[in-house]
Amino acid sequence: MDHLSSPEHKQINFSWLLTMAWRDSRRNRGRLLLFISSIIIGIAALVAIFSLENNVRKDIDNQAKSLAGADLIMDNNRAPDEAVGKLIDSLGEERSAQCSFASMVYFKKSGGTRLVEVLALEGDYPYYGSLETIPAAAGRDFRGRQEALVDKTLMLQYNAQPGDTIQVGELDFRIAGTLTQAPGRTGVSTTIAAPVYIPFRYLEQTGLLQKGSRFRYTYYFKYGSDVQMNKQLEAVKDTLERSGWDYETAEFRKQQTSRQFDDLSKFLTLVGFIALLLGCIGIASSINIYVREKIHGIAVLRCLGASGLQTFLIYLIQIVVIGLVGAIAGAALGTLAQQLLPVVLKDLLPVHITTAVSWSAVFKGLGLGVIVSLLFGLLPLLSVRNISPLYTLRISLEPHPSWKDPAQILLFGIILLFVCLFARLQMESWMQAAVFTTGILVAFIILAMAALLLRWAVKKFFPSALSYVWRQGFANLYRPNNQTILLIVTIGLGTLFIGTLYFVQGTLMNRVSLSGSGNQSNMVLFDIQTSQKQAVAELAQKFQLPLQQQVPIVTMRIEEIKGRTAEEARKDSTLRTPRRAYEGEIRVTYRDTLTDSEKLTAGKMDGSGHQQGQPVYISLEKGWAEYIRVGVGDSILFNVQGTLMSTVVGSLRDVDWQRVQTNFRVVFPTGVLENAPQFYVLVTRVPSGEVSAAFQQSVVQKFPNISIIDLGLILRVLDEVLEKIGFVIRFMAGFSIATGLIVLIASVFVSKYQRMQESILLRTLGASRRQIFLIITLEYFFLGALAAATGILLSLAGSWALAHFSFDAPFQPSWPPVVILFFAITFLTVIIGLFNSRGVVNTPPLEILRKEV
Amino acid sequence: MPKACNLKRIVINKMANSILEVNNITRSYKSGNRELTVLQDISFSVEEGSIVSIVGPSGSGKTTLLGLCAGLDRSTSGSVILNGIQLDHLGEDERARIRNRYLGFIFQNFQLMPTLTALENVMVPLELRNEKNIRDRAMTLLEKVGLSERIHHYPVQLSGGEQQRVSIARAFSTHPKILFADEPTGNLDDETSDRIVQLLFDLNKEAGTTLIIVTHNPELAESTHRIIKLKGGHIISDEPTRNAVLSA
Ligand SMILES: Nc1ncnc2c1ncn2[C@@H]1O[C@H](COP(=O)(O)OP(=O)(O)OP(=O)(O)O)[C@@H](O)[C@H]1O
Ligand SMILES: [Mg+2]
Repeated sequence: MDHLSSPEHKQINFSWLLTMAWRDSRRNRGRLLLFISSIIIGIAALVAIFSLENNVRKDIDNQAKSLAGADLIMDNNRAPDEAVGKLIDSLGEERSAQCSFASMVYFKKSGGTRLVEVLALEGDYPYYGSLETIPAAAGRDFRGRQEALVDKTLMLQYNAQPGDTIQVGELDFRIAGTLTQAPGRTGVSTTIAAPVYIPFRYLEQTGLLQKGSRFRYTYYFKYGSDVQMNKQLEAVKDTLERSGWDYETAEFRKQQTSRQFDDLSKFLTLVGFIALLLGCIGIASSINIYVREKIHGIAVLRCLGASGLQTFLIYLIQIVVIGLVGAIAGAALGTLAQQLLPVVLKDLLPVHITTAVSWSAVFKGLGLGVIVSLLFGLLPLLSVRNISPLYTLRISLEPHPSWKDPAQILLFGIILLFVCLFARLQMESWMQAAVFTTGILVAFIILAMAALLLRWAVKKFFPSALSYVWRQGFANLYRPNNQTILLIVTIGLGTLFIGTLYFVQGTLMNRVSLSGSGNQSNMVLFDIQTSQKQAVAELAQKFQLPLQQQVPIVTMRIEEIKGRTAEEARKDSTLRTPRRAYEGEIRVTYRDTLTDSEKLTAGKMDGSGHQQGQPVYISLEKGWAEYIRVGVGDSILFNVQGTLMSTVVGSLRDVDWQRVQTNFRVVFPTGVLENAPQFYVLVTRVPSGEVSAAFQQSVVQKFPNISIIDLGLILRVLDEVLEKIGFVIRFMAGFSIATGLIVLIASVFVSKYQRMQESILLRTLGASRRQIFLIITLEYFFLGALAAATGILLSLAGSWALAHFSFDAPFQPSWPPVVILFFAITFLTVIIGLFNSRGVVNTPPLEILRKEV
Repeated sequence: MPKACNLKRIVINKMANSILEVNNITRSYKSGNRELTVLQDISFSVEEGSIVSIVGPSGSGKTTLLGLCAGLDRSTSGSVILNGIQLDHLGEDERARIRNRYLGFIFQNFQLMPTLTALENVMVPLELRNEKNIRDRAMTLLEKVGLSERIHHYPVQLSGGEQQRVSIARAFSTHPKILFADEPTGNLDDETSDRIVQLLFDLNKEAGTTLIIVTHNPELAESTHRIIKLKGGHIISDEPTRNAVLSA
């Protein structure tokens, strides 16, 4: 019909749409504010992380050299032989040597002993950056004297001051200063292995340079230019590799640091994204309510002849603009929050973090804000197209959410795709992204089902015997315009997320403390020389400590696997033997029986030891055997400190690594290694901290070469590390919790308008304030309780799955916090509900009737 | 109607100057398994320029009928031809354009857009048509209904009678060919009602606008040209009044 396609009707007057959008939003800006606040925090979290990402990347670039402290680093766990020694002398313009190893140190003043990482340093390393110390000069000056630099955590722990004495091996050092920062070190890494620097020339005199200890030799080189370095490196590369020396350039170390940081930032982005997704529910629900309130106006517009598209556009414009405003506010907040992140992350990153405004992060945030506003705002908005002008005649009809609307289904698809895509950017595989998306979708569906079930159940089993107030409270759950589904989904998802974070953290903590409880061993002494074995055992007995295990250890390297050397294996890629299999030293013990933490899975281990004339049958840990790709019957050639020894895999064992015991990848039979250079490990249990300290002190005094691992200390250290990581996670989770709260407030606030008219009517009809309070309390109590309960159940299921599949740890949630979480969420819902309704209760009805509701 | 005159029309069965033709329409609702027939086999036609009132007891189907005539709703069977255009097969957007072009509405409960001021409410139909001088024309109309002092007030700030006058100004703004009013005076006192009815009748006189008024007020019904009486979804009588003779 061509009279309908007359030009003036066809074209949509955009400026008029803008004007209408502006006018239309005028009276309900407050409600749009809720929409804005829903996404502010999610966007803020993401902008903060994006900014951090950009800045840290820049920082890593700028501080690349001081990350490494030198242009070239090479290291090995053997001292250089003559050839390599000559080679080292020919490299670089300047060079420094460092020998590092684990050893006990003894703080003379406090009497404390602890296993630390001793670094014996020669030369002017670091060439870039510095050993930052208090006092500042100590980092340079200690090298010339019999002085040590001691990490700040150690100084704190043993209450030591510069000038105090520390004993390393058999030698005393004066503490020159407190070490606050060394190149490439992070707060977490120093917590795990606290560094103590001493001058190299005193290393010999400490008496710690004995066979059996594990030393790492590191050489640092400084070059005038990278060109020169690369030329030299090219020439010596093969020699280095052949003799087992690893090398890395400053550039390489930079890339490694960037990669590690990538993992961190991806994780943080994902957490921020969850905050944003939570906010998206807020968007959808506030637009949903907004549109519902506008139905009347929309119907009039339709009556006057506006097309479906025109009305739709009027609201779409509002959504885009509001989304943009929210995103701008979020970006501003995120840029501010970014100033906090360095404080939060300083223990995890080896660089000094700067906090410049990152415009690319801001724009990314703006884009993301508009996109999610559009996607999630459109969901309820699509129904605007179907609002019939008939509503002008009969207002009471509710718009049916038309699930059959193909546009709606398409939109759902796009949203899922968007979530999946974004997750994929932060995750390693599509599989993980799909699992993440499906997880959220399933949680969503389950919560919606729970809400439907509640509605259905209340209707079906309506407690008509109860008093009016109770009946009204119950009825509010299913009557027209109820917020049951919306509130349960929002509160439930929020609870789910908070609960999961909490449980996962608990699982990680549990995993650590589990292994420390019961009658298990809690102290391990190692590096015991054969000659000291007897004396150490006697000392332990003097302290009345049980000798739970006393195990010999022989260190060796792998020379050949199935007849192939490392070089051959590298060339023949069909073997797929990992390069790492040949690297590093392996600690091996010899015995003919299994311990109680082991199970035989293949082959056999007969108790008779090595038979003359037979191959040497060794036993491998199953997982490691799979990793180096060998099975029963395959041959392995070991280099036992110079002596080659060929063996055959005789059996595979399953080892429970969770137990604190001396567990081994490789077990030799008796009768082979007895005469090889070896040391012993002694496992015992100390009953208390005092006994532990006294025992450690006398061991360190008598046998300075022996290292002691005190499980109590390890637990404390792990606790500290987890605490540092946990802090980051909690900080990020804070964004989600804040969003959850805002969305909660938004949903409850918005549902108040649904109830307002009615409450006023009730007031007019003579209901007391108390009665109205009670009705509201009951309604929100049911909503909050059901949502919290469902959310907690879901988070229990989710955390169980994570514990089971990802962390491989037993899942044992502690129940009191669960109960607290349940009541906290329920209470919060009721409080927010009441707080939002206070207007109804406190204002005279007439006044509210005059106001626009 | 300067523009409308240029339009080609598909004319179906157009009787001599009848602006609205209702042929055998039936409207039923499904509620559960039962089917409720609200209007059954209704036929009538309305001459251009006449004033018709629809009366009948509550629940007899007056509002339903009005909705069908104005193309706000679809009939279960039968056809509605408005200004020569058959509405039944048109899409919602096409009907929206027809409403904007030919129809005006006045509702019992005013139906102003709460987010717009009085002036803006009157402007909207004109804006939808992309016309010129919208603001001035809307102001003139509001002056005509005696609300020049109130143009920047929002509906909540106006009394019921004032709101109804805004909605009349809005209905007049597009010079509709036909104006539907569902109990336009239902919420108002006698004096205000009289003024509003007078405004409507003046329009009919000046612009020749056809008026179709649903009312419970027998006096108002008597002052129109023709009364259609509904009961239980049927027309029980359809007779001209004394005024019809006068106006003819
Ligand atoms: N959507 C619907 N579903 C079922 N029945 C409906 C629906 N809309 C209207 N009805 C019924 O149709 C009948 C006619 O309604 P209508 O509103 O046209 O009456 P009316 O004559 O305008 O009454 P009043 O004078 O009270 O306004 C009523 O019985 C009403 O219950
Ligand atoms: Mg009616």
